[in-house]
Amino acid sequence: MPKKNKKTILVVEDDLDMLEQMSIYLQAHDYSVLKATSQKEGEELVKKNNFDAAVLDLMMENQDSGFVLSYKIKKIDEKKPVIIVTSVSNKTGLYFDKSEDSGSWIKADVIIQKEVRFEQVKSELDRLIAMRS
Amino acid sequence: MEESKGKIKLQVLIVDDESGMREGAARCLRDFKVEQKDFGEIICFEIRTASDGAQAMKAIEEKSPDLLILDYKLPDMTGIEIIESFDNPSFVTIMITAFASLDLAIRATKRGAFDFLAKPFTPAELRVIVKRAVKNIYMSRKAKKLDEEKKRCRFEFISVLAHELKSPIATVEGYLHLMNEKFKGNEISNYDQIINRSLIRTVGMRKLVMDLLDLTRLESGEKKRTIETVNINSLIEEVVENVSALATRKKVNLEIKCDPKLSIQADREEMEIIISNLLTNAVKYNKDGGSALLEVKKTNNNNFSLKCSDTGIGMKKEELKKLFQEFVRIKNDKTRMIEGSGLGLSILKKTVELYDGEIKVESEYDKGTSFNIFLKGVVPQKESIDLITSEK
Repeated sequence: MPKKNKKTILVVEDDLDMLEQMSIYLQAHDYSVLKATSQKEGEELVKKNNFDAAVLDLMMENQDSGFVLSYKIKKIDEKKPVIIVTSVSNKTGLYFDKSEDSGSWIKADVIIQKEVRFEQVKSELDRLIAMRS
Repeated sequence: MEESKGKIKLQVLIVDDESGMREGAARCLRDFKVEQKDFGEIICFEIRTASDGAQAMKAIEEKSPDLLILDYKLPDMTGIEIIESFDNPSFVTIMITAFASLDLAIRATKRGAFDFLAKPFTPAELRVIVKRAVKNIYMSRKAKKLDEEKKRCRFEFISVLAHELKSPIATVEGYLHLMNEKFKGNEISNYDQIINRSLIRTVGMRKLVMDLLDLTRLESGEKKRTIETVNINSLIEEVVENVSALATRKKVNLEIKCDPKLSIQADREEMEIIISNLLTNAVKYNKDGGSALLEVKKTNNNNFSLKCSDTGIGMKKEELKKLFQEFVRIKNDKTRMIEGSGLGLSILKKTVELYDGEIKVESEYDKGTSFNIFLKGVVPQKESIDLITSEK
């Protein structure tokens, strides 16, 4: 990890502009960012396991890319914070409710739906990382 | 109106105070069927009866009939009073009257009766009139359905369009926010990437709007066409000039095979759209260092063909199927970085249709794609003879 106290976030997102913007925002708020633009690229970085938390887009090459990546991250380190970002509910009418049964099979700590706000992603990251340390 | 496969059941309400009349009419229609041959559908009837105005009103309120066969003179009210009490009736009315008076017929028709029938009438007469009314009901419902379908298509188009326009705006807005907050410091050069991406997205959005204008002009038929003699080779040279910057950047080699003398009768702008679409796609969806070949040939009679093959990224079968749909962009790992409005091929297809032409697409994933366009009746006969001699 680059700096001593800087936490590194793995951001996997196939929308290049979204990836760029999320990275700039997180970097401006004292995080280091590892970028990947696909599930495939993400999987390579997951194996290296040199990040503190992950922000994953749900739908990339596959409809469930984010879930797959999250599952792989949690298999290596169950406590590593994972946020899944998705606008899936707008498009398909799917709704993920973490509080009910679905939470047990969706291996992510937070699912952010609809319009993604960077502030929200950051504050969730702050919270989850603080909880862990 | 209940529908099952090819069979439509219409609800009929017969209102008459004479029980003989009621039963007679009901019997006459119970097994009656009206065939709509053009649509392959058969219409039959489900019949209810009422003996006075109050009963009729109750029956209509319970379940609105499709066809109301209504006696004018009822014990408690007149037929016209019944029709009048429904503002916008969804049923068609046939008024029955004992005295065939013109005055009454006019009044009934004004109040919304579709037709009228004078007592006494034969079963055959009733059937003729019912058949006419059924045709009316059937056609107006078909028209309504068509109208709804049109509205739905329009709505879908607008909502996809709105999404396509919203996405670049949201992206540029996002970048502007980041700049506004100076998240990358005070040095303007730190923002090069942000500015570059914003420009790409706004250029893409402008292209989308331009394509949309092209497409609507094509579809409305309002686009002015000037059919003139167009030298295909020099037109291709012009287009190549426009595409060459992109081709150089992607190191794609463009090869053109075209008889320099080949001229066709066509609208210059439309030909430019076709050629430009073919060449731009052949470069855009190519691999770095790939190649593209455009072959233009006079085929038999006065038709001609343009074939554009590339060594590009190609398409899978299921991707190929969706190729010409509006706003459909084949989304995969390889196309992610390529900008496009998703309207280019819709425009190409519509333009080719103006020449009674056709497009054939062959593609192999990761190997390349070839577009084959045939245009009919564009090569003038005289010049085609010249061509044959010059080829020798």
